[in-house]
Amino acid sequence: MGKIRTPYLLLLPGFGFLFTFFILPIINLAQTSTQTKIAGGDTGQYEQTLHFRNYIDAFVENKEQFGRSFLYATIATVLALAIAYPLAYAIAFKAGKYKNLLLVLVVAPFFTSFLLRTIAWKQILGEEGFVVPTLRSLGIISQSTTLTSTSFAVVMGMTYNFLPFMTLPLFASIDRIDPRTLEASGDLYANGLTTFRRVTLPLSMPGVVAGTLLTFIPAAGDYVNAAILGNPNTKMLGNVIESRYFKIVDYPTAAALSFTLMAAILILVTLYIRKAGTEELV
Amino acid sequence: MTTDNSHEEIQSGLKDIISAKVSRRGVFAGIGGLGAAAFLASCGSGGGSGSGGEALRWGNWPLYLDFDEKTKKYPTLEAFIKKTGIETKYFEDYNDNDEFFGKVQAQLKLKKDIGYDIVTPTDWMAARWIRLGYTQKFDGANIPNASNILDTLASPSFDPKREQTLPWQGIMSGFGWNTAKNPKGIHTLDDLFAPQNKGKIVVLSELRDTIGVILLAQGVDVTKVTEDQYMNAVDFMAKQISDGWIRGVKGNEYAEDLTSGDATAVIGWSGDMFILASENEGKFDFAIPESGGTISSDNFVIPYTVGADAKANAEKMINYYYDPAVAAEVAAYVNYVCPVKGAQAEMEKIDPDLAASEYIFPTEKTMAKLNVFRALTTDEETSWTEAFQKAAGN
Repeated sequence: MGKIRTPYLLLLPGFGFLFTFFILPIINLAQTSTQTKIAGGDTGQYEQTLHFRNYIDAFVENKEQFGRSFLYATIATVLALAIAYPLAYAIAFKAGKYKNLLLVLVVAPFFTSFLLRTIAWKQILGEEGFVVPTLRSLGIISQSTTLTSTSFAVVMGMTYNFLPFMTLPLFASIDRIDPRTLEASGDLYANGLTTFRRVTLPLSMPGVVAGTLLTFIPAAGDYVNAAILGNPNTKMLGNVIESRYFKIVDYPTAAALSFTLMAAILILVTLYIRKAGTEELV
Repeated sequence: MTTDNSHEEIQSGLKDIISAKVSRRGVFAGIGGLGAAAFLASCGSGGGSGSGGEALRWGNWPLYLDFDEKTKKYPTLEAFIKKTGIETKYFEDYNDNDEFFGKVQAQLKLKKDIGYDIVTPTDWMAARWIRLGYTQKFDGANIPNASNILDTLASPSFDPKREQTLPWQGIMSGFGWNTAKNPKGIHTLDDLFAPQNKGKIVVLSELRDTIGVILLAQGVDVTKVTEDQYMNAVDFMAKQISDGWIRGVKGNEYAEDLTSGDATAVIGWSGDMFILASENEGKFDFAIPESGGTISSDNFVIPYTVGADAKANAEKMINYYYDPAVAAEVAAYVNYVCPVKGAQAEMEKIDPDLAASEYIFPTEKTMAKLNVFRALTTDEETSWTEAFQKAAGN
């Protein structure tokens, strides 16, 4: 008996943690999402009325920000993949003795606060940074074009901030590829492109899937980049939830939006994993 | 009752970076919408351990108390501790009215210790606290200096006799601008929305200040504003946003936007603008609009969760800060409107230039141009905030 029980006992702390910090809050969130204001009640006073219309109202009123969240997250994920894949490939296959150093460099930004790094971009892209005047004098952007407070800055900030989450799983996957499979591909007269398409890419798919998920999921819920680098016309759902919760003190709508966002992400991710079909991941 | 380490590190690091640049409501508040992030970072504080060893715990806005860069201490507070022996812990945890309310409301509702014995919410938030019964009445005997309060601040509608609130600092809002781009200055709404500022205008995320200034420019009395008038002004702001005139609705990081050149004109706060103007010689200026600006205060409030001993200590501290000499010392650092009579005379001894400053000691003529946004009902507060937030893209 003792032997059978041990694994379950070892699971207890983990389960206890999950229960306290995930299950309970989720239940609380679900309860809050169907509440309505107490008639004549003061700010922040709500009662349970099972008002499921909150969900429809919340979605309809904020569909613009919903769409924007997924659009920005998708673009940022694709960009991050485009940047991270060659980077991870180079670190895995070409870096030689610099491999560890390069990996440290990929992770290095994490040693600074996420907020500070994002604020730094505001300065870099600012009117008096070096980027804007340079681009202007080269005629790449017009005199009146600015880079901060634009959707470009928001997507760029997201791409930058989530890049390591894309790079590390990709590296782990690519690094595991046996170079002899690539040699074998060459021996069978496949050119570079075919080898990449038929050997490298399929073998690195778990990394691609893990990396895109690790980027897309937090990016869709992100609000820091939109708050710091965007303008009122580039707000994402995270900003709406923040404003509903803290500014308007409308807890039910904030909860309903959070739930809808979670559900939408879950559905998209499930479809994606089905389609990408990596058994190692699911 | 220790603050989370990383939070403290960031705070003190930030302080070094920006103390020269932005006054109160420093970077965390400046991040505006990021209240929640700061909230997460500070989760370690506030909760739990009850009143701990300290006799008094004060939660205030960042960079809102005289601070000595060299000793990393707050001179006036140190002097208070020395004088009274009341061990006071100072927390720069009050980053945003809404965020702070969101953070402590659950405990207040349950009448549990919120981790602070004294906090400094802005007028309208202080009004909400009073309405919800979250405050305590002061014991006047402990605060004889309360009589030093400026007449103009002595009887706000939310606390006509100042029985449970006393202003810490006053805040004027008006126009701030980059003098190179706006050589003639900005004195009217038309000056603000002039072609050279297109896409480079930032307005405050405090609706009473931004909408207040717009309403005043539209000839509306903000002390009596109706819902229609208010919504009309919000629509005006929304249009300026969608037409690309206004680039941001922010907390005080508008100050960063001005220095970085991303903003050329703002609706901003006097203290920030004062510091910007004095540190970037001639580059920025501030004025109360011809049609009038708004004024508000951040107020000392003692939560109803505070026990009798701590309450008495808090009152002693309020009394101390209402001593004109002490108030002048604070004002010399924070540069906001000093609410204490007699501080101007004391300021003469510290810095005659500051004593002559309209920003810190507004004359009656200036005061006549400043208006207090009327108190809102609960329902108005919700629907008006919602309309404002929606216009701001949220």
